[in-house]
Amino acid sequence: MGKVEKKPRIEDVETINGEGFQLATLDKVIAAARANSVWPLPFATSCCGIEYMATMGSNYDLARFGMERMSFSPRQADLLIVAGTISKKLAPILKQVYEQMAEPKWVLSVGACASSGGIFDTYSVLQGIDRVIPVDVYVPGCPPRPEQIIEGIMNIHRLVKHESLRRRYSDEYKHLLNKYHLNEDEPTDK
Amino acid sequence: MSDSLNKPASLFSKDTIDGEIATLNLGPTHPATHGIFQNVLTVDGEKILNSVQTVGYIHRAFEKLAERRPYNQITPITDRLNYCSSPINNMGWEMTVEKLIGAEIPKRVEYMRVIIMELARIADHLVCNAVIGVDTGALTGFTYMFQQREAIYELFEEVCGARLTTNIGRIGGFERDFNDTFYKKLDAFLKNFPKHFEEFDSLLLRNRILMDRTINAGPIAGDRALEYGFTGPNLRAAGIDYDVRVMNPYSSYQDFDFTVPVGTQGDTYDRFCVRQEEIRQSLKIIRQALDNMPEGHHFAANIPEFYLPRKDDVYTKMEALIYHFKIVMGETPVPVGEVYHSVEGGNGELGFHLISDGGRTPYRLQFRRPCFIYYQAYPEMITGQTISDAVLTLSSLNVIAGELDA
Amino acid sequence: MSQLTNDSVLNRLQEQFGPAIISHEVPYGLLTVEVQSEKAHDMIAWLKEDDVLKMSFLTLIGAVHYPDQKGRELCVNYHIHSLVHNVRLRIRAFVPIAEPNIATITDIYIGADWQERETYDFFGVNFVGHPNLTRILNEDDMDYFPMRKEYHLEDATREDKDDRYFGR
Repeated sequence: MGKVEKKPRIEDVETINGEGFQLATLDKVIAAARANSVWPLPFATSCCGIEYMATMGSNYDLARFGMERMSFSPRQADLLIVAGTISKKLAPILKQVYEQMAEPKWVLSVGACASSGGIFDTYSVLQGIDRVIPVDVYVPGCPPRPEQIIEGIMNIHRLVKHESLRRRYSDEYKHLLNKYHLNEDEPTDK
Repeated sequence: MSDSLNKPASLFSKDTIDGEIATLNLGPTHPATHGIFQNVLTVDGEKILNSVQTVGYIHRAFEKLAERRPYNQITPITDRLNYCSSPINNMGWEMTVEKLIGAEIPKRVEYMRVIIMELARIADHLVCNAVIGVDTGALTGFTYMFQQREAIYELFEEVCGARLTTNIGRIGGFERDFNDTFYKKLDAFLKNFPKHFEEFDSLLLRNRILMDRTINAGPIAGDRALEYGFTGPNLRAAGIDYDVRVMNPYSSYQDFDFTVPVGTQGDTYDRFCVRQEEIRQSLKIIRQALDNMPEGHHFAANIPEFYLPRKDDVYTKMEALIYHFKIVMGETPVPVGEVYHSVEGGNGELGFHLISDGGRTPYRLQFRRPCFIYYQAYPEMITGQTISDAVLTLSSLNVIAGELDA
Repeated sequence: MSQLTNDSVLNRLQEQFGPAIISHEVPYGLLTVEVQSEKAHDMIAWLKEDDVLKMSFLTLIGAVHYPDQKGRELCVNYHIHSLVHNVRLRIRAFVPIAEPNIATITDIYIGADWQERETYDFFGVNFVGHPNLTRILNEDDMDYFPMRKEYHLEDATREDKDDRYFGR
């Protein structure tokens, strides 16, 4: 057997020198796989959407985070990126898109309007998407610079990497979904 | 599904003739529609028979919001109308207030404004044309042109500090002069951009696939477009050469020599070509403005009641202190009056109808939003076309959701 | 290009519509004519067909709410533009808030469709004869007209923002 060298290729995953074996816990491998290939669903409504498009472009390049493929179908998306103002008229649609996503799913709220209503404290704007769906990371800014959006995404990656595999089945998570009255239209057999 | 989601679809009848006619819901969140608006199409196979639109998904109540804010705080709201070319909106608003108060703007400031507005117009048309390319499958142009937009963003950042929603300029001029870095970057832009733009042009303009997809897609005749109230590149693509910069010149546009490109059929290819040519004309205007910029370092009009005084004056002179206090608190002496001013935005005639009652906030501010007015014509443009043409027509109209719903 | 001045436009309008024109003024160079609300439709139709004026482009339709002018609370503004002569005109018609009826101009300009719907949505002006006068920007089940002066900007039902801290 060769010398055991700690040469981590993936964070926290030990490899044994040259033998083609890797020693890690399953949740770390799964977490690494999930974090490095998040498929985002860009729910871009207004100005933050254009900054999001600039982040996707070659100058700030989201593809290096494994987010090359923008999934526009909620069924195949991991991360819902809500960029832009959500009005009360659009809120049920946002909720429906979130419900259509399969677990595990995360939500990134980009911009002041999505996080809290922004400068539009008016009768028609939803004061923050966390009134209808649970949010994981908020990115402030109006619009946030691409570097800030990337930091938001890196925070999502951090959440993904350290999430327990059983989190989505826990009571705490179910309680969170119940608070938002999600999935109440579908028959539940869980 | 909750009831409110089904509401738009129930606006038309569900009768089918021999089961051949189907209804297809395009939107409101759909990757092909660049923006949040819904179209419920009645299709016979691929052919569209009718469509019913629902807008208002990003209604942010700008007009009501404007009644609450003092005049210099409304500029950030105008940013968010057509956010791809926000400097044009900002300057249109500032010019409206300057018209109301009767301010005399120095020529140098007007030339500076022209440079910024034409840069914004280039940015807006780049987005639209790149997105027309994306919708036909040409993703390369999008990546190349967004790189160039970064160069324009850097120019805006030198002046006002922000990239997209710029809040650029003040009532009376600019907040600071263009510094040397700006001129260096602008020269570099004027040198580098044309060759990248011509590369983008060569990829798409005479491309067989683009031409086959876009010619005769979503046409509208000139007189029909006028009935709807079209303005901007969409109207010029239909053959009518109405450009607010030529018809009601503002900010010294009469000093510049540029042509207004006009199309023939009003289809998607014409809109694409008109915008391409307008980008070239904008570059020409910027060069002229840069070459003929009047001497001096002043960057604002002499209207101390509306334009913030220099900070060292505020600390030493009494009048400057009082003006500073009044402007920041929003107690500016705006006369009673009603004014309508329009500028040539990225999408057409962007108008501001301002009614002031002498108070610190407008009594009524209405935006004439070109997108809202010409988007009405969309069902007529796509009837008889295929679904893929409908998607292409929508992206070529350059409907910006912020301007549509306001 | 343009031989028309505001005075000649006004004269021609007064020749045709004399008694219907209640007042006129020229704020900031834009001729503004106030007409009786019953005659606004006819005036706009005539302006479109007239060979001398050729005012055939509808720029904007909007409304203003003046709660203090009893009997004339809602003012409907039409901005018309003559692209041939480069002359603009603003036509204004006042309607009372109790019966805010005015004839629609969708039969003259099809582009008036959504603009009238927006004016209805915000102010409650009833455009008689409009093919589909429903709300356009707000939600369909909204039961008030938000741009009227008596209503607040903010949504009254929000609980988290304390007005004391937001300067209201």
